Amino acid sequence: MALRTIFYEEIVNQVAAMCLEANFELGQDVIQAFQTALKKETSETGKDILKQLLLNADIARSERVPMCQDTGVSVFIVEVGQDCHISGGSLYDAINEGVKKGYEEGYLRHSIVDHPITREKSKGYNTPSIIHIELVPGDELVIHMSAKGGGSENMSAMKMLKPADGVEGIKDYILSIVAQAGPNACPPLVVGVGIGGNFERCAYLAKKSLFRPIGHRSERPEIAELEMELMEKINELGIGPQGMGGNTTALDVKIEIEPCHIAALPVAVNLNCHASRHKEVRI
Amino acid sequence: MSAIDLLNPISEQELLKLKAGDRVLLSGTIYTARDAAHKRMFEALERGEELPFDVKGQTIYYVGPTPAKPGHVIGSAGPTTSGRMDKYTPSLLDLGLKGMIGKGYRSEEVIESMKKNKAVYFAAIGGSGALIARTIQSVEVVAYEDLGPEAIYKLTIKDFPAVVIVDSEGNDWYKIGKLQFKQGQGAD
Repeated sequence: MALRTIFYEEIVNQVAAMCLEANFELGQDVIQAFQTALKKETSETGKDILKQLLLNADIARSERVPMCQDTGVSVFIVEVGQDCHISGGSLYDAINEGVKKGYEEGYLRHSIVDHPITREKSKGYNTPSIIHIELVPGDELVIHMSAKGGGSENMSAMKMLKPADGVEGIKDYILSIVAQAGPNACPPLVVGVGIGGNFERCAYLAKKSLFRPIGHRSERPEIAELEMELMEKINELGIGPQGMGGNTTALDVKIEIEPCHIAALPVAVNLNCHASRHKEVRI
Repeated sequence: MSAIDLLNPISEQELLKLKAGDRVLLSGTIYTARDAAHKRMFEALERGEELPFDVKGQTIYYVGPTPAKPGHVIGSAGPTTSGRMDKYTPSLLDLGLKGMIGKGYRSEEVIESMKKNKAVYFAAIGGSGALIARTIQSVEVVAYEDLGPEAIYKLTIKDFPAVVIVDSEGNDWYKIGKLQFKQGQGAD
């Protein structure tokens, strides 16, 4: 079977366009979630904040300026069809070049330090990106991109629970992380949860869950039910928009699960701010 | 709910009247500084040097804006998480800093220092950087230009929306606001 060829330059250009779109155009899923929340929110300050965020999204879209000054770390999950061939250079280089192009040309912020301890700024504008590759059947390249902000990422956490802690332990842990994050993670949040796998896999599952659109439920009925139950409990915490009180603390809760060791129950909570910037392109 | 118009630098009389939860529209002159600028200012003080600007009576906004597009005064310019500045803040409050704008929790140590020095902490809406940029009328670099978005800038603002989170008596709106809407026995 012949391999399908995908050219380096096309990836660069598609990625650059995604970076701009993610930062300028608030997703329709988020806009709808804000509108739904506005009807339910009882806090006057909370309602006002939601309205200002909708107005902010309008300004960003019409003026082609970033909705938030934290234009984030570009995180990619790339589904590489095993029957496709990338011509002209490495996939990693193509993605980083696209990010650099998009961020520089779009007047987005360069927010990457090369060295976490010396804090020396990276030479490549807002790169390197964080790139996860998943090999899949077929000959397509599907690029999922998220512009992930630092404020919400900083309040994310992970814990190796005991199997005996069970579902109650999982719920308590997730609620405690959201409560601890309070205003810092820019609520209303999208709460991404990974359960199972192992130490590094669990964190990845939590991140991956954030790439699903708001309102999209898990295909597993028991997990979909857990997502909805947690959403309700989180909204009872009272944190509200921007932590100033209210009943809109989460716009959604996403859970991804995977098999794990008989001794293990890893749980990771990756918080996302209300902008929940994620885009997808299929090449 | 109406908002209080507040000119920066804020007079002591106006500042003492502010209560946690008050909505304000800030105008006047403020300074920007975030992680890297705070570290440099802190280190300058440790070496016994002067700060690049006199913080006495002033307001600092925790922000690292995006680059300005041609024809724009500033790029997107919303607040960053204030807690990262907590380590450096009491020294600035002791030198007379009166206002801070950011988002998120402050440490007990910062709140104690605010009570002692009669200062106020405002939160702007995180993630509304495009909207806030419209309230910024001029930008002038003051120090540490090499830090790019993390340099210290002097901003002239007009009707910048914010909420008083911690007032000069140490009342914390994040605690008060949350309690009004909390249901059941969930996590604290």
